[in-house]
Amino acid sequence: MTTIDDQEVPMRVIERPAWSAKETSEGPQELLERSGTPEEEILREAGGVLRLPDGHVLDAGQIDVERSDDETMIINMGPQHPSTHGVLRLMLELDGETVLRTKSVIGYLHTGMEKTGEELTYVQGATNVTRMDYLSPLHNEAVFSLATEALLGVEIPDRATWIRTLMLELNRVSSHLMWMATNGMDLGSTSMMIFGFREREMVMSFFEKTTGLRMNNNYIRPGGVAADLPDGWEDDIDILCETILERTFEYDQLLTGQPIFRERTEGVGGLLAEEALALSVTGPLLRSTGVPWDLRRTMPYLAYDQLDFDVLVGTYGDNFDRYAIRLGEIRESIRMIRQILEKMPTGDYRVQDPKVTPPPRGRIDSSMEALIHHFKIFTEGFKVPEGEVYAAIESPRGEIGCYIVSDGSSKPYRMHIRGPSFVNLQVLPLLLRGGLMSDAVACISSVDPVMGEVDR
Amino acid sequence: MGSRDANGNSIGDSSVSDLALGELNDVSHAGGIGVDQVLFPTREAYHGLVLRLKESGFEMCADLCAVDFLTHPGRALPDGIRPERFEVVVNLLSLSQKRRVRVRVQVPESDASIASLFDVYPGSEAMEREAYDLIGIRFSNHPDLTRILMPEEWEGHPLRKDYGSGRVPVQFKETPGPR
Repeated sequence: MTTIDDQEVPMRVIERPAWSAKETSEGPQELLERSGTPEEEILREAGGVLRLPDGHVLDAGQIDVERSDDETMIINMGPQHPSTHGVLRLMLELDGETVLRTKSVIGYLHTGMEKTGEELTYVQGATNVTRMDYLSPLHNEAVFSLATEALLGVEIPDRATWIRTLMLELNRVSSHLMWMATNGMDLGSTSMMIFGFREREMVMSFFEKTTGLRMNNNYIRPGGVAADLPDGWEDDIDILCETILERTFEYDQLLTGQPIFRERTEGVGGLLAEEALALSVTGPLLRSTGVPWDLRRTMPYLAYDQLDFDVLVGTYGDNFDRYAIRLGEIRESIRMIRQILEKMPTGDYRVQDPKVTPPPRGRIDSSMEALIHHFKIFTEGFKVPEGEVYAAIESPRGEIGCYIVSDGSSKPYRMHIRGPSFVNLQVLPLLLRGGLMSDAVACISSVDPVMGEVDR
Repeated sequence: MGSRDANGNSIGDSSVSDLALGELNDVSHAGGIGVDQVLFPTREAYHGLVLRLKESGFEMCADLCAVDFLTHPGRALPDGIRPERFEVVVNLLSLSQKRRVRVRVQVPESDASIASLFDVYPGSEAMEREAYDLIGIRFSNHPDLTRILMPEEWEGHPLRKDYGSGRVPVQFKETPGPR
């Protein structure tokens, strides 16, 4: 019963049983005030727990632990903030305009894709994983397919391998262009945003022509790819490479040499190689600190060992290095795509193993067996031998890994995706500490998180 | 699969074996997918082993996740390893040797807890929180073991095999009233 205007109104109150929540809840996820936070937690949030060699240890003395609550202010940024690239929520402790502590609160886009993956067959699995990192869907599919194929023990044909390599590099170009666009936007360059989207559209239309969809393609599947490249794809790729390469030099004019852009990125958000390694950071973030680690080069998969390309590294580990690396990687990818264009072999685009591959469409109309076979593969799926495997490839954001445990059925027993942005987000407290509030936006952008993959 | 080398060395409590670490120095099968070496330490030896692995050149903890083997108890394990309900799987990466090693630890249902790797690899922090959130493994000495993907007051751990999908209607924290 509750009282409204002095009248007792019956009201239904739904009470959540407190005990059951208490059993599994370990406390709030938010950034708490200093008085309510243990010292080791403050140190962790400020990045002070990194155990680093050669004097890079951050100790409690460096971090102003004793500061009282009324000098600082905890503010909330996101999850609807436009510069958080989706639904990232940051809690910042500020002293004036200086960021002291940061904590990222994630989970707003959590849709239980790993759980869903256990309910879907390996045939359907690629449809699920492609929605995780929605800016590089083909990398998700590729890592899932590679893991499944490692368990199955099938060798995919040469042409399928090269088509995959081509599509992955195109996807890297489109993902980095998207990053250039949003990073430009975050730093106030609206032109860059328009340009980035314009060039990305070229790659998107090629994807649409090849796979039928612009995003979430479900093109790379266990056993090969879904369809062969369309007629005249060489010309499309030729024009695409030429146009985008030419325009990257326009970006140079627009941003690289521009004093305002350089001042806002140079020396901002510095990261050391030791810190990056300790925090399991991969991708352009790790390379910006000078560590030449690129899975395409160091642990080659697909056809990367037959391509000639450079691994770009930075020196200072700041936002400008990350910008330069991503811009350079667009050019390197185009260089690779041009080599693929020349080396593309002929042959099958998927493995001719009736266990994994459905029969061609033409045979279904004429053969009862082919129809049954087709039906079986798409309803029951194929059985995958028992075992476990971890596959990892280099996505535009870093190492994307797929750990699959199979119990011998047609569905993965456990499918875990190591999202590069999920792990990379851990550097945010470090990048933001001691910087200005306005640089926080630039730092978030330079980490390039895709929340679909962070929350999965 | 072919060249897959899963000769799990059962590593006892006392001997965090030099044998295993000696084998790790053999880089003959570096690179490639599905050819990582797999180690099966006991829960007590786990933290020490990972520390030794880090010292022997595995600079990065690439991945950490947990698996619930409730409905698949008959998996292949090396002799002397008793299958338990949960397994914590850690993938370590060596940049200098260009290789990976996987550490699989059995965690019993009755005491689903294990030492945190946070003091060895600070980067395992978010991954351990995820494993706690979704499978319900408690990592001792973790600085901030709270839910990371699910809402804080969520009941149960969704990736467990006995978690009823769709059983709980989706609920969110009550929105704060007008001040």
